[in-house]
Amino acid sequence: MGSTISSIPFAGTPEQEKQLLEVIAAHKTEKGCLMPILQKAQEIYGYLPIEVQTIIARETGYPLEKVYGVVTFYAQFSLNPKGKYKISVCLGTACYVKGSGDLYNKLQEVLGIEGGGCTPDGKFSLEACRCIGACGLAPVLTVNEDVYGRLVVDDIEGILAKYND
Amino acid sequence: MYRSHVLVCGGTGCTSSGSAKIIETLQAEIDKNGLHDEVQVVKTGCFGLCALGPIMIVYPEGSFYSMVKEEDIPEIVSEHLLKGRIVSRLLYQETVTDDGIKALNDTSFYKKQLRIALRNCGVINPENIDEYIGTDGYAALGKVLTEMTPEQVIQEILDSGLRGRGGGGFPTGMKWKLARNIVPDADQKYVCCNADEGDPGAFMDRSVLEGDPHVVLEAMAIAGYAIGANQGYIYVRAEYPIAIQRLEIAINQAREYGLLGKNIFNSGFDFDIDLRLGAGAFVCGEETALMTSIEGNRGEPRPRPPFPAEKGLYGKPTILNNVETYANIPRIILNGAKWFSEMGTEKSKGTKVFALGGKINNTGLVEVPMGTTLREVVEEIGGGIPNGKKFKAAQTGGPSGGCIPAEHFDVPIDYDNLIAIGSMMGSGGLIVMDEDNCMVDIAKFFLEFTVDESCGKCTPCRVGTKRLYEMLDKITKGQGTLEDIDKMEELCYYIKANSLCGLGQTAPNPVLSTLKFFRDEYIAHVVDKKCPAGVCKDLLQFTIEKDKCIGCGMCAKQCPANAITRTDYIAPGKKLAAFEIDPAKCVKCGACIEKCKPGAIYKK
Repeated sequence: MGSTISSIPFAGTPEQEKQLLEVIAAHKTEKGCLMPILQKAQEIYGYLPIEVQTIIARETGYPLEKVYGVVTFYAQFSLNPKGKYKISVCLGTACYVKGSGDLYNKLQEVLGIEGGGCTPDGKFSLEACRCIGACGLAPVLTVNEDVYGRLVVDDIEGILAKYND
Repeated sequence: MYRSHVLVCGGTGCTSSGSAKIIETLQAEIDKNGLHDEVQVVKTGCFGLCALGPIMIVYPEGSFYSMVKEEDIPEIVSEHLLKGRIVSRLLYQETVTDDGIKALNDTSFYKKQLRIALRNCGVINPENIDEYIGTDGYAALGKVLTEMTPEQVIQEILDSGLRGRGGGGFPTGMKWKLARNIVPDADQKYVCCNADEGDPGAFMDRSVLEGDPHVVLEAMAIAGYAIGANQGYIYVRAEYPIAIQRLEIAINQAREYGLLGKNIFNSGFDFDIDLRLGAGAFVCGEETALMTSIEGNRGEPRPRPPFPAEKGLYGKPTILNNVETYANIPRIILNGAKWFSEMGTEKSKGTKVFALGGKINNTGLVEVPMGTTLREVVEEIGGGIPNGKKFKAAQTGGPSGGCIPAEHFDVPIDYDNLIAIGSMMGSGGLIVMDEDNCMVDIAKFFLEFTVDESCGKCTPCRVGTKRLYEMLDKITKGQGTLEDIDKMEELCYYIKANSLCGLGQTAPNPVLSTLKFFRDEYIAHVVDKKCPAGVCKDLLQFTIEKDKCIGCGMCAKQCPANAITRTDYIAPGKKLAAFEIDPAKCVKCGACIEKCKPGAIYKK
């Protein structure tokens, strides 16, 4: 998932780098520290571009290819920036049998992007996720922290309209 | 002392339907009415009936309010909490009878359930260790450390017949025994908890972690004492923020109380637990992959033997049990192996938690004794299929399991019976499908999942699942042949026999079980080029039944392909001429069906 290199230029700030270095310093000596560091780094930057991976490799002493290998293995780590509003459609079984595949297709059509992509204005990004565990509300999608459940395809336009700033 | 307690579900399901806001409003209304010294609001874990969330129960009456809305709160507070008049309009309707309120345990959803792993979920405040201790929490750990030898603990678990609830069903006591004895002079051992619940549609473990996190900590400490380990790791999915937060709180509280850390209960036994977050890789539910991931690597499995009991995390003897398995341990220690082994079937003891989902009325979490039939779970507890549709299959075991058709509805559910009918227990997801679900499409859905999640280390899984997916895709597009079906079956057996880990070895199960029970659907796709359930788009044809068409034109307006035009045929009794669909132009999006008021458009 998302293993292509981003074409959007890296715009990390010195503050973010300072935060990252603090995180690395705090975890560096723990066994198996790479995953927690990558998770925190993604919280700081929103994604893990090669520039961030290079800093992590340099500071922890892990080879860059190992860092890259771990980043690209796990679905949660992203090499691409996310939109301001991150839409995740649950394609877990319970949601799928209740039609979440149609919601996903509709979103791709309305936003004009493929799953995993981001609209050119950086507003919406779309991805499929595997079960957030709200199966009682199937089919479910989330926009950042907001959860929308018991959806039908016609609800999509209304939900997107809520994020019109 | 409070005269009344209001329990509000703070599980993921109810939080998603707005229970956090409900709690806030409730507290504000209680303060406004001056009841804050009399009524306590408790945020609990999952009650199980997620379909009716947000859920609220008021004690001592035991009134069960379902689908609570924010605007109902002032009425509930002023009527029920202030004046003592239950607002029966807002109650879960099954609990309302002519003679008053029926106890929750008498409703069809709860009647057949037996809650052991879930006993505290929806009962206590998971963020308060005192409430856990108040329900015998940490008593089992105390008993183990002060009255039992590690060998006795292992014997008790062996005698109970408890088997791993994560899917494989390996006897838990046996695992512990191996880890204790196999490397006698090990300087370090580990206890791990698999909370990387990756099966799509399964949320049992999450509910235990959210509703009763201390039970897992207590059981891990017991396991640590039994095998001789003093460090534990819980590997939990990062997608479960509420569970992570409650685990963090629970670990800190247990440390403060001296129930984790050095010299627990003055027994000289040290044990501590740390959390490790997953990052979205299904294969990390496999034990060796999970340990590789904790070590900070790509979560790829490795060949066994050596088994983790001998060489696990950081090369040290390690046990890994699933959350639900741990949730049974303290009860077994306190009530005895005999008590536990009296429940269930001959080879599967105790209870099992299932996450009911899909086309079923009461979606949610249920715990039933092993040996309960699928019919009881689906029809009685689950309340049957919505919209008067017919049951087609139940899927258990997630991407590693299979689909169980109606003909096996009365098979008692246990590990061995499910394997005998081509499925498996898995971690406990139970997804119900009705006649509108296409079984070929479902098999393809699961294969798409395994292709995505295959780690790529071994060829049978990496390439085999991909080829399997392509064949299924071909069939759903009407390009399959009978030969493809045979080839597919053969490939399934190759993948099962030759894959490195459980993911690949079970990946073909959805295909094999649907081939076994729903072969006619495959044949229909291949020979007749039809999808009987009307799911596979390429095989559908949309037609307008002209005698039903009222000529309103809504369909033509909706059609993105301009495939719908007016004919000159006016049906008897109708005023306007009917429409028709040009199959050559139709893109089969289904937009017309949704807008057709008289229901004159069909897909076949």
